[in-house]
Amino acid sequence: MRMRAITVIAAIALAGCAAGERPQPSVAPTAEASAPPIDRDPYPSTYRAPAAGQVALVGATVLTATGDEIANGTVLMDGGKIVAVGAGLTVPDGYARIDARGKWVTPGVIDAHSHLGVWSQPDSVEANNDVNEMTDPNTAQVWAEHSIWPQDPGFDTAREGGVTTMMVLPGSGNLFGGRTVTLKNVPSVTMQGMKFPGAPYGLKIACGENPKRVYGGRGRSPATRMGNVAGYRKAWIDAQDYARRWDKWEKGGRVGDAPKRDLQLETLAGVLKGEILVQNHCYRADEMANMIDIAHEFGFRIRTFHHANEAYKIAPLLVKEDICVATWTNWWGYKMEVFDALEENAALVDAAGGCAIIHSDDPVLIQHLNQEAAAALSSAWRAGIRITKADAIRWFTANPAKALGIADKVGTLEAGKNADVVLWSADPFSIYARAEKVWIDGGIVFDRGDPAYRRHSDFLLGQPGETR
Amino acid sequence: MIRAATAALLACVFTLPAAAETVAITGGRVVTMGQSGEIERGTVVVRDGRIVAVGAHVAVPPDAKIIDATGKTVTPGLVASGTALGLIEVRTVETTDDRGTSARDLSAAFDAGYGLNPDSLLIPVARLGGITRAIATPAYDDKAGRELLFAGQAAAIALDGAPMLMRRGVAMVLEMGDAGAERAGGARAAELVALRAIFAEVRDFKARRAAYDRGETRTYTLSRADLEALVPVVEGRMPLLVSVNRASDIRDVLALARSERLKLILEGASEGWRVASDIAAAGVPVLVTPVENTPASFEALGATLSNARRLGEAGVTVAIQGNGNHREREMRYNAGNAVANGLDWQAGLAAITINPARIFGLSDRIGSLDPGKDGDVVVWDGDPLDTLARPVAVLIRGAEQPMHSRATELRDRYLPTVLSPANGEKP
Repeated sequence: MRMRAITVIAAIALAGCAAGERPQPSVAPTAEASAPPIDRDPYPSTYRAPAAGQVALVGATVLTATGDEIANGTVLMDGGKIVAVGAGLTVPDGYARIDARGKWVTPGVIDAHSHLGVWSQPDSVEANNDVNEMTDPNTAQVWAEHSIWPQDPGFDTAREGGVTTMMVLPGSGNLFGGRTVTLKNVPSVTMQGMKFPGAPYGLKIACGENPKRVYGGRGRSPATRMGNVAGYRKAWIDAQDYARRWDKWEKGGRVGDAPKRDLQLETLAGVLKGEILVQNHCYRADEMANMIDIAHEFGFRIRTFHHANEAYKIAPLLVKEDICVATWTNWWGYKMEVFDALEENAALVDAAGGCAIIHSDDPVLIQHLNQEAAAALSSAWRAGIRITKADAIRWFTANPAKALGIADKVGTLEAGKNADVVLWSADPFSIYARAEKVWIDGGIVFDRGDPAYRRHSDFLLGQPGETR
Repeated sequence: MIRAATAALLACVFTLPAAAETVAITGGRVVTMGQSGEIERGTVVVRDGRIVAVGAHVAVPPDAKIIDATGKTVTPGLVASGTALGLIEVRTVETTDDRGTSARDLSAAFDAGYGLNPDSLLIPVARLGGITRAIATPAYDDKAGRELLFAGQAAAIALDGAPMLMRRGVAMVLEMGDAGAERAGGARAAELVALRAIFAEVRDFKARRAAYDRGETRTYTLSRADLEALVPVVEGRMPLLVSVNRASDIRDVLALARSERLKLILEGASEGWRVASDIAAAGVPVLVTPVENTPASFEALGATLSNARRLGEAGVTVAIQGNGNHREREMRYNAGNAVANGLDWQAGLAAITINPARIFGLSDRIGSLDPGKDGDVVVWDGDPLDTLARPVAVLIRGAEQPMHSRATELRDRYLPTVLSPANGEKP
């Protein structure tokens, strides 16, 4: 019994570590108070970095995602961290030297919008679809991490495309879809083993056609865009009330019964407190402007507009509000709200001084985010917008790291950052480039030359594919 | 003021396709995909809509408009298969979606060559991706109790904004595997049996049309229009375009085609690489989407990025498809991905030019830069399979096409609000 107690304490201590930025509650039951302690990190990360040695990538063209393109560059990794990046650095003794001449090195690819694991392959199988809790327009109480199936073969193919980190979101059928989860793309039997330590939660909010179609089609609200907005506002009013009741109890010395916890309102209140980041599916410029006003009305911030195909129409506003734009290059026209989509959307946001992101929302595209960004880049060049590869690399590395609230850890090649690194066979903006080697926290997780790193998913084992 | 008006008028004139003129595309690296192979610095002359000369030492006619392609790459116009170009505008707006029907008595007889819309906004977008021709392909519009075996007949179309029908009935479209089995009652065997029965009916009908019209034959399961539409299929004149993925399904389709003496085209073929030698031995071409490597269903567990390469190595004629309708412009990127995964570059370009032209019986008119063929030519500012390259000129039936779309007009409307001079000078 005693041993078990120690184990539990150790687990809680680890959970605290993993929680990182998120404040741990110091709520201890007192004689007067009758509230059980609230665990703010009840499903803690158990991620352990793969074994990391001292590695030197030598002679590559390095895109640091801090604005530099370094010819004949060297990247040094040690103990899971980047220790140095520069041209012609001396490789210290003891480093495993990898000849990267003629190749390119970038930070690990980060996808700001994925449904891997919550809508798993084979995605035509209904049992594998856990993405949309379409039972109520407000399901802020659900957490995407509780749908994650780590055996989704999509994680493996994404890794082969250089993807080291992704945010997995609930779907867009509801006004409030639920909490997002940020994952490290490592093979794991559990979700907890992939969970990015210290990454803040996000809240998925959806604008436009999807919620009104889903619920309008059932004869209930929202059936219109104005119904959507009324739905958001009601929820934020409830969240303010909930936060006020908890504040009052806290400030009153925790006397008497604590308010009853409500998972839905707890997540919304977390947004009001700035602990949970708003990740807002929203296509049209006019709707994004409305969402910004709602955020002002209730005193929270929107971190990212996702899809946001009309961001180019309000780019200066998005820059002023410091809101990132996660979008595609080639997707358009599949419904009315993406009728005005442009290839140049990301580039125009970038040119306005904003935070542009190329995202996938798709198990195929996530493998080719570099190509989608390249198409955006060439569309910019055609329009006379001068953006370099050293700038555009941010669209799938540093900028999504910012959108996910993990920019202090990953997204660039800088001393002190986690060693999430991709060695590309060629310029990553070329269609012919393939990720040759991928490191997460300094440990190698993919090597195209070594079959041991291909197709980890249990699901495909013994199936009639290439694993046989 | 007058100058501005003149300039506007000229711009207008230049954006209109001009058919009957002579154009010489000079100095480019010409990849003909035809009898002249690849020419390091060549000239292509187009007159009255047709290619009249291709070569390194071709005289430029004095009346020709010259497109200087020095330092650029010149290819045939790209041919997209499996599209709904001309048939769709916005998927969720039903009135703009003419891809398919659930009408009773209209399955094989449904003809995508009717009702085409050359003003569709998708056309200029595809064209800016170098696509000059497409196969408009019917799609199923399943309704409960109206699950049709055949989606209908595909049509070849031109993307120059003029009346677009090029050739009607270039293939009969059929889904097998999971989707086909579902329509046939829930089992693969049901569809295979139903198809054999239908082909027998069509042969019976063909032999006894007069008796049928007198009401002296047994009752057929298909309508007269559907029976009539299937006659060229059983005669092996119109190819049956079968969407199928699982290796065993591919074998079943090959066996069906052999015993029924059908001309076959396979589409999808996620597990084609596993039966590549069977496909090659049958002389059946395959339309693939090389980036579709996820095991999206139990019939595609073996999907892989190396499919196109392996099919090509086995000797199968491969055409590469785009990502559908609005995303058709990604077809050349898909070919680039196939090349990145081992397909030869020439084979990658062939898979989006001459191969689809041959597969759909159009290589007499399009698919390569050979004298006598239609003047479909694209000039690229780089490698046509690469995302960083773009077309700088597109000719269809000899006419220069406008290099803008509604999307570029939107871009130009908003560009000034975004791009301060400082931003324009970004390093």
